[in-house]
Amino acid sequence: MIEIRNLVKRFGPFTAVDGVDLDVERGEVLGFLGPNGAGKTTTMRMVTGFLAPTSGTARVCGVDVGEDRIAAQRTIGYLPEGAPAWPDMTPAELLDFAAQARGLARSERRAAIGRAVERVQLGGVLHKAIENLSKGFKRRVGLAQAILHDPEVLIMDEPTDGLDPNQKFEVRKLIREMSPGKAIVLSTHILEEVEAVCTRATVMARGKLVADGTPAELRAKDPRHGAVRVRVGVGADLDAEAFAALDAVARVERDGDAFVCLAAGATSPAAAVTELVRARGAELVELTPLEGRMDDVFRALTLGAANAEEIARERVEGAQPEAEEVTL
Amino acid sequence: MNGATNVWVVAKRELKSYFATPVAYVFLVVFLLLAGFMTQFLGSFYERNQADLLAFFTWHTWMYLFLVPAISMRLWSEERRNGTIELLMTLPITEGQAVLGKYFAAWLFAGFALALTFPVWITVSYLGDPDQGAILTGYLGSFLMAGAFLALGSMISACTKNQVIAFVVTATVCFFFVLADLPFVANAIDAYLPDFVGELVRGIGFMTHFDGLQRGVVELSSVLFFGSLIGFALYVNTLLVSHLKAS
Repeated sequence: MIEIRNLVKRFGPFTAVDGVDLDVERGEVLGFLGPNGAGKTTTMRMVTGFLAPTSGTARVCGVDVGEDRIAAQRTIGYLPEGAPAWPDMTPAELLDFAAQARGLARSERRAAIGRAVERVQLGGVLHKAIENLSKGFKRRVGLAQAILHDPEVLIMDEPTDGLDPNQKFEVRKLIREMSPGKAIVLSTHILEEVEAVCTRATVMARGKLVADGTPAELRAKDPRHGAVRVRVGVGADLDAEAFAALDAVARVERDGDAFVCLAAGATSPAAAVTELVRARGAELVELTPLEGRMDDVFRALTLGAANAEEIARERVEGAQPEAEEVTL
Repeated sequence: MNGATNVWVVAKRELKSYFATPVAYVFLVVFLLLAGFMTQFLGSFYERNQADLLAFFTWHTWMYLFLVPAISMRLWSEERRNGTIELLMTLPITEGQAVLGKYFAAWLFAGFALALTFPVWITVSYLGDPDQGAILTGYLGSFLMAGAFLALGSMISACTKNQVIAFVVTATVCFFFVLADLPFVANAIDAYLPDFVGELVRGIGFMTHFDGLQRGVVELSSVLFFGSLIGFALYVNTLLVSHLKAS
């Protein structure tokens, strides 16, 4: 549905997007991750035809956006960053305008607007000026506008930015409901969002894609993925070297008075660790399996190798909660 | 779905937004008050004792000089400032259609304001027996001149996100067009610069073109002048929008 080939965008001497290749298929919900200024918005703007690429192509539903912007835009629903809307219009007026601009006939228009309004639960504020609406409602107006024509490709730039947790939940639910039959791309820097709604995650840094996979695959890139945290009773005859000597353990890090044994392979070192503790006659106070932390992976990927060590050091010094934050 | 429909869809939205805010009402009231004031006091409408609307039309140039930039300044700079240009330009609407739609909305609005001056026409028709043809061409000239001012304003508005800058620059540029064929400017140019420069500058002056129309003379050259100026400004406007929309 979306094919991006070697897309480049330069602003003067600054390269915002530096050779991006990406394909998104029907049914996929692609999370576009990256720090601010990584080029996510610029990429999305090129795909939606708002910005002309310096080189490379973007095709949407088989149409080259650079060749026929209008035909491509007919198939795209787009929520720009910050959900811009004319402040003096009401949601009803804005949606009617968008529907007319998309060439819907009067009867279709009414049905399409009704559907979109129902989906994003905009009913109560339909006739209030947009400037008087809360941030959450403004975002919903933008969403309603984007899904109005039931587009095959839906592109959303930070759809949940600035929303409260309940609103975030609603938007994510909406995205999940719509995902069958569409190709959806959403950018975010909320990592839990990717796990909650995306079937695939890509990470962008300094204009390049640096990772692409399912959220689980991405999380597995964390060296701590599959590790166990062990705490033994006071006075036990066990140190880091003893754990590190195990075959199942790649490396041991200190985490306060606990040891974090990083897995050497795909299997968890938990069994080997337990056995060792028992063999030494020590008391096993804690044995917690760890999961990869999405934000550590994110930082390692986007800050580059130089900072990866710093992240590891930071982790050893300050004990961090081991479990991933609760996802919605 | 054709281009004209899109132009009309954009124009309708734009027109609605004038009336959704006080902008339209403030403009209309100020325009009508000023038009009345200038006609009666500065133009000595009654004292002249002539059954024509010269006292009315003469002052339009000067009114437009600061009122038209007030309409045109927001056309594109507001879209860019609000970010709504991204919404507009990711709908299946071309830059040209958007530029035309917004321009026609502004021009229609100016035409509406102009039409509301009809009491002055009723007055002069009641008091005397004016040349209705001259009045009609006067209105046509005024409308064309407003259109030219608006096209320049729309083009300049696309260059900046700042409405104040758009206003000041538009007023200044329009002022040059108005000054261009005033005698003192023309004389000064003739005195120091080669003849063709004087010809050129006089040629782009609004006053001569408007004067003819006020007196009931529809010169093709004047209509062509305003028409081509509008066309050129809107063409540049379209280019500006496509190049600057995302900056």
